[in-house]
Amino acid sequence: MTKDEALFEFLLRTGDNGLVLAQRLGEWCGHAHQLESDIALTNVALDNIGQARMALTEAGKVEGKGRSEDDLAFHRTEMEFRNNLLLEQENGDFAQTITRQFLFDVFQFELLSGLKSSSNEFLQSFAIKSLKEVTYHRSLSSDWMVRLGDGTELSHDKMQNALNLLWQYTGELFEKTEADDILIADGVIPDLEKLKESWDDIVGQVIKEATLEIPDTKGFMATGSRRGEHTEFLGYILAEMQYLPRTMPEAKW
Amino acid sequence: MTEEADIYELLEAVKDPEIPVLSVVDLGIVRKVDWISPKKLKITITPTYSGCPAMDTIEREISEILQSKGFEVEVVTSISEAWTTDWISEKGRKNLEEYGIAPPAEATTDKSFITGNSKNVHCPRCKSEETSLISQFGSTACKALYKCDSCHETFDYFKCI
Repeated sequence: MTKDEALFEFLLRTGDNGLVLAQRLGEWCGHAHQLESDIALTNVALDNIGQARMALTEAGKVEGKGRSEDDLAFHRTEMEFRNNLLLEQENGDFAQTITRQFLFDVFQFELLSGLKSSSNEFLQSFAIKSLKEVTYHRSLSSDWMVRLGDGTELSHDKMQNALNLLWQYTGELFEKTEADDILIADGVIPDLEKLKESWDDIVGQVIKEATLEIPDTKGFMATGSRRGEHTEFLGYILAEMQYLPRTMPEAKW
Repeated sequence: MTEEADIYELLEAVKDPEIPVLSVVDLGIVRKVDWISPKKLKITITPTYSGCPAMDTIEREISEILQSKGFEVEVVTSISEAWTTDWISEKGRKNLEEYGIAPPAEATTDKSFITGNSKNVHCPRCKSEETSLISQFGSTACKALYKCDSCHETFDYFKCI
């Protein structure tokens, strides 16, 4: 695997994470329990779309086959998507959406903090820009974790159930492939093992403050997205998102 | 040859479509003016937020206004350096406040803004400093929602990034 191929993999992963999460959050538009949350979730979606566009545009350049951000977003199948399994999981109730968001925001915050000193110029600027936005995302989702976890008996149970469901998808956020080894050795991306230490630390603190418990998955962690193996949910997301550009490839606004 | 300052003056006419009292110059998103030739300009702009949906409109309006003055224009977007609210001009801050949007209270070097406990956000209507945060996310990506505890009006706050 060449360095450019490794970089392409990483950019796809980053872009796809933003794209799939934004698509999920967009489903909340007009449906949240209060106007402020509705607006907050769609704002977070918008930031993620912006970040995804930058990452996928750069991925297309690095690949060098003339693919645009739209080609990559709309004309790849599930097997070619590299987003983490966590992000394609269903919205469920608000507890589940916020828990998914929190687990990812802390990861994204730590990843971007590491990328600020990347040896790759694009990733460095991308990280500095995106970190400003993700700082607000992390603050929103952490607040809700504590408010609902340490809320009523019902809200506490809903949050714990969400954690129990989603925890199994957190392991693969830190999985290393050949591409990661190449990029870490070159100082392009931070070491994912060290990243996991800070993630464990911050996630643990918030979960404790929220009076919740880290689930015991007995060592099991779901895996697959690095190889394009996804849960059943991604297909439905792509079917909806890609329908128009695939049916009418020349369609313009 | 036209001076750089003249170009900036022309661009004063291009407003943020979401906040029409703020020009793209006041907002600090015009980063650079380069002359490719005496009649050809390259304008570098930067988005406020990654997903800012106003960028396409802004780019088009910049091209149109300069083309109407006889220039050929290329508008490029750059994310480095990343935009910060510190770049909003004094005039821009004043216009924001008169329009009813509280301008960013702190320099982004002061990290207290992120906790939502900023003591410096005052109500753009009655000027009271007794205000509280309702939501870090408001009607556009760049705004938070506050309420005034004195006159009880809610208002938009241009949040620090």
